[in-house]
Amino acid sequence: MSLNVITANRLNDGVVIFLTGNGWSTDLQQAETAEGKEATAALLTRAEAEPGVAVGPYEIAVERIGEELRPLRYRERLRVSGPSVDYLKPQAA
Amino acid sequence: MYAYDAIDRELVETRVAEFREQVARRVSGELTEEQFRPLRLMNGLYLQLHAYMLRVAVPYGVLSSAQMRKLAHIARRYDRGYGHFTTRQNIQYNWPKLEETPDILAELAEVEMHAIQTSGNCIRNTTADQFAGAAADEVDDPRIWSEIIRQWSTFHPEFSFLPRKFKIAVTGAQKDRAAIKVHDIGIVIVRNDAGELGFQMWAGGGQGRTPMIAKLIRGFVAERDLLSYLEAMLRVYNRHGRRDNKYKARIKILVHELGADEYARQVEAEWARIREGVLSLPQAEIDRIRAAFDEPPFERFEGDSRAFHGKRFEDRGFQRWVRSNVKPHKKPGYAIANISLKPVGGIPGDATADQMDAVADFADRWSFGEVRVAHEQNLVLPHVRQDDLYGLWLALGAVDLDTPNIGLLGDIIACPGLDYCSLANARSIPLSQALSERFGDLDRLHDIGEISLNISGCINACGHHHVGNIGILGVDKKGEEFYQITLGGRADEDAAVGRIVGRAFDAHETVDAVETIVETYVAQRRDGERFIDTLERTGPAPFKEALYGAD
Ligand code: HEM
Ligand code: SF4
Repeated sequence: MSLNVITANRLNDGVVIFLTGNGWSTDLQQAETAEGKEATAALLTRAEAEPGVAVGPYEIAVERIGEELRPLRYRERLRVSGPSVDYLKPQAA
Repeated sequence: MYAYDAIDRELVETRVAEFREQVARRVSGELTEEQFRPLRLMNGLYLQLHAYMLRVAVPYGVLSSAQMRKLAHIARRYDRGYGHFTTRQNIQYNWPKLEETPDILAELAEVEMHAIQTSGNCIRNTTADQFAGAAADEVDDPRIWSEIIRQWSTFHPEFSFLPRKFKIAVTGAQKDRAAIKVHDIGIVIVRNDAGELGFQMWAGGGQGRTPMIAKLIRGFVAERDLLSYLEAMLRVYNRHGRRDNKYKARIKILVHELGADEYARQVEAEWARIREGVLSLPQAEIDRIRAAFDEPPFERFEGDSRAFHGKRFEDRGFQRWVRSNVKPHKKPGYAIANISLKPVGGIPGDATADQMDAVADFADRWSFGEVRVAHEQNLVLPHVRQDDLYGLWLALGAVDLDTPNIGLLGDIIACPGLDYCSLANARSIPLSQALSERFGDLDRLHDIGEISLNISGCINACGHHHVGNIGILGVDKKGEEFYQITLGGRADEDAAVGRIVGRAFDAHETVDAVETIVETYVAQRRDGERFIDTLERTGPAPFKEALYGAD
């Protein structure tokens, strides 16, 4: 059965967050996981009850590799790790 | 440059105050996200993959040095020290905080800027030729007419909720540098046989899911009729545009389904009713706005500068930059200097706050305080004395803004793609960086010659991939990034949509595939033939064969 977590963006700065057993965290590894449709739907309902913190909560599929949670989709992996480009490197010498 | 009048100023300031309150109510929980979302979008604030994104309008791509300095300040104070110039001549900030956005908008208002018309189903910020008022081949200055359109379209009550967003572009020259044929409405300033100034009106172009080239709707509209004719064009669209299906809502679908003739017929009928009404432009108003774009105090020169040509002989690096980045100016002794925001391996369109400040300084020193943003994601100093070009070039070099690749393969257009954009299927930036490095040898770049390479991270085509000579579209295959290549697109006066060459490639293969395409061209080209001309002569077959083999 597929493993899911709930993700969203933080209201104040848009940072990617995950629903934990106790509020939200920017760390995917803290996320509460749900197996199967019903458990996932219940998590999502809980997330939606807190509109003041998180914007647009939705579920994503993850896998467990050893102890680590990892999103299945590339898009979500990028959301976890941030832009893959070295945007801060000043182009000026 | 055009300066706000009291009405403009009040509109913008009122909007900032209003948004400050809306943000406060959202943060306090009084407004839900569903209620707040349309309000923030009306102020150019999107929520992207990793953060908010603020899109600031640069009307028809024109910036004063003071405005550029303000953009730099915002990048430094409220963002991460850089901004991204876009194909719509806007600038985007990738990391603003929600609660600071009203402050950013207030700071922008100080220099007569805002984020209105950068989102939503309204008439978006009108774009124009970045060489406006400077180009040697110009019939008339598109800024005048873009400004008139701006005043008419901002908060136009009837067109605030169109079936879909609406984009207008204006060119004042036959050589189209504003990609007008891939806009909802494209306007070409022309003179008729009697020598009168007027407009050719095109409609129904666009990229995205169903790319289309605009059709000619009317060959000549007189100056005073510009707004009434536009109003008629928008009305017919507003009335019949598909509101039931977002993928069919753009005017390109309407013009395609009705046929250009029938659309034109309805526009003419509507126009006949409203032509003599309030939208008929008084000459005094045209004159007032024209005066705002009066020429700067150019010096008088007889022909080209000798010293400038001397420097070109002496310094090969300078000569190379002049060849690609400097364009002819309408005044003897002057030139248009293009500043590439595409350093080898860099992020197309990104500029650091320090670079923005430097460009503002250069504009003050060498270009009457004027800067332009090009839809190819570059900057322009429109009025530089030929004698000053060498000094400018050296100064640009000191801030890594002297890459001599305008119009060449390194001048890649790329949207933010999956590194930022929540709609993306694949990344655009790292691929553009890899390609830029692969073609990093400047001698080779100049030998390959004029060629456009455009990359979008999804079918929305923000990176104009449909109209790149080589277009690259990011696609998602089972969660992995792949890239579809098209050939033969062009965004000039002979605009065309590129055709898919074959199966998509992964990122590494894509870099090699572009190399293969370029080599095939170099092997096939005849004297002086540009990539696009060779491709049009040979057709895609040799390219397909080189990419995929003979079968
Ligand atoms: C917040 C990020 C962005 C979002 C959500 C977004 C959304 C979209 C969407 C949905 C379309 C499709 C329009 C259609 O098919 O009717 C589109 C098209 C387009 N966007 Fe973006 N875009 C974003 C960023 C950009 C950027 C960074 C640029 C400039 C570099 C840009 C310029 C364009 C252009 C030129 C088109 C061409 C399609 C057309 O209207 O004909 N967009 N965008
Ligand atoms: S083309 Fe797609 S990926 Fe690129 S900016 Fe536009 S919506 Fe985002």
